[in-house]
Amino acid sequence: MLILYIVVAVALLVSLVFDRSKTVRGLRIAWMKFRRILPSILVLTIGVSTVLHFLPEETIARILGEDNMALGTLSASLIGSIAFIPGFIVFPLCGLLRDQGVSFTVLSAFTTTLMMVGVLTFGIEKQTLGTRLAVVRNLSGFVMALLVALATGLVFGEIGV
Amino acid sequence: MTGPVKSVVNLLLFGLFALFVAVSALFGYEPGIDMGWGSWRFLKTMLLMFPGAFILIGLFDAWVDRSIVERHLGDRSGILGYFWMIVLATSVMAPLVVALPIARSLSDKGARLSLVLTFLGASTVFRIPMSVFEAGYLGLPFTLVRLGVSLPLIIIFAELIGRSFRDIEPAPIQSD
Repeated sequence: MLILYIVVAVALLVSLVFDRSKTVRGLRIAWMKFRRILPSILVLTIGVSTVLHFLPEETIARILGEDNMALGTLSASLIGSIAFIPGFIVFPLCGLLRDQGVSFTVLSAFTTTLMMVGVLTFGIEKQTLGTRLAVVRNLSGFVMALLVALATGLVFGEIGV
Repeated sequence: MTGPVKSVVNLLLFGLFALFVAVSALFGYEPGIDMGWGSWRFLKTMLLMFPGAFILIGLFDAWVDRSIVERHLGDRSGILGYFWMIVLATSVMAPLVVALPIARSLSDKGARLSLVLTFLGASTVFRIPMSVFEAGYLGLPFTLVRLGVSLPLIIIFAELIGRSFRDIEPAPIQSD
């Protein structure tokens, strides 16, 4: 976060030195875009906190620890698609699950869908990309995540050929 | 629903939720308090991240000429465009919701759809600090396999989607 604002400060300063009116225009665009997205962000927090409440880490750990790998992979990718968990929480959790014997395949499906598919953020995505494109992007992300999980399973010898 | 109406509805929904959290706190209703903390943590990150990201987007909009973006990332741009998009994506240290407005602004400036989608996809799986963190917990081989498989897939899918959406390209990325 600090790096972001150092970059922002430098960019603003350089921009101001070279062209005052362009800088003002840039800030005006920034404010307009921010104001437009803010209500959607506020609503998103409702979804995020609700899912977080009903799917706490212990529940996720239990579901991912499922013995049947195909079933585990599928449920992991479904949870990953719905939940919104930042990286600094999810990777330590996955490291812990790995130590408990959860397969790389399941962890890959979980983390990759978490990154690529966003059911909760769909509203905002629709606003930016349009409905059709947002649907196609999310569906393709889901397919890609499953392929990535499959490849991970093959590489680590968890899936026999 | 049109933009402004939807905004008002969203604000009302959030107001109701805030009220629910406040009442929960007052009466010690645990689930409500828990959701309140969860939403606060999320909102705090978003409110810290978005203004900075939007200032950079705004400056990009004001300074960068459309013709430059079109030349390097437009319809006639070559394979190098994919490379630049992945480089740009690795520097986005934020989740998809923050990458979306950046993608939108690239598209508005004339970047072609398949490159915009490559940027979006790459920014979700490949951010330098996040990937380093990931490798620390799950091992470098895991991260390498994930990136090695997902990045080519992202480009392939972006190219396919970019082709089938080409004729309606101005439509999907519309302003509200």
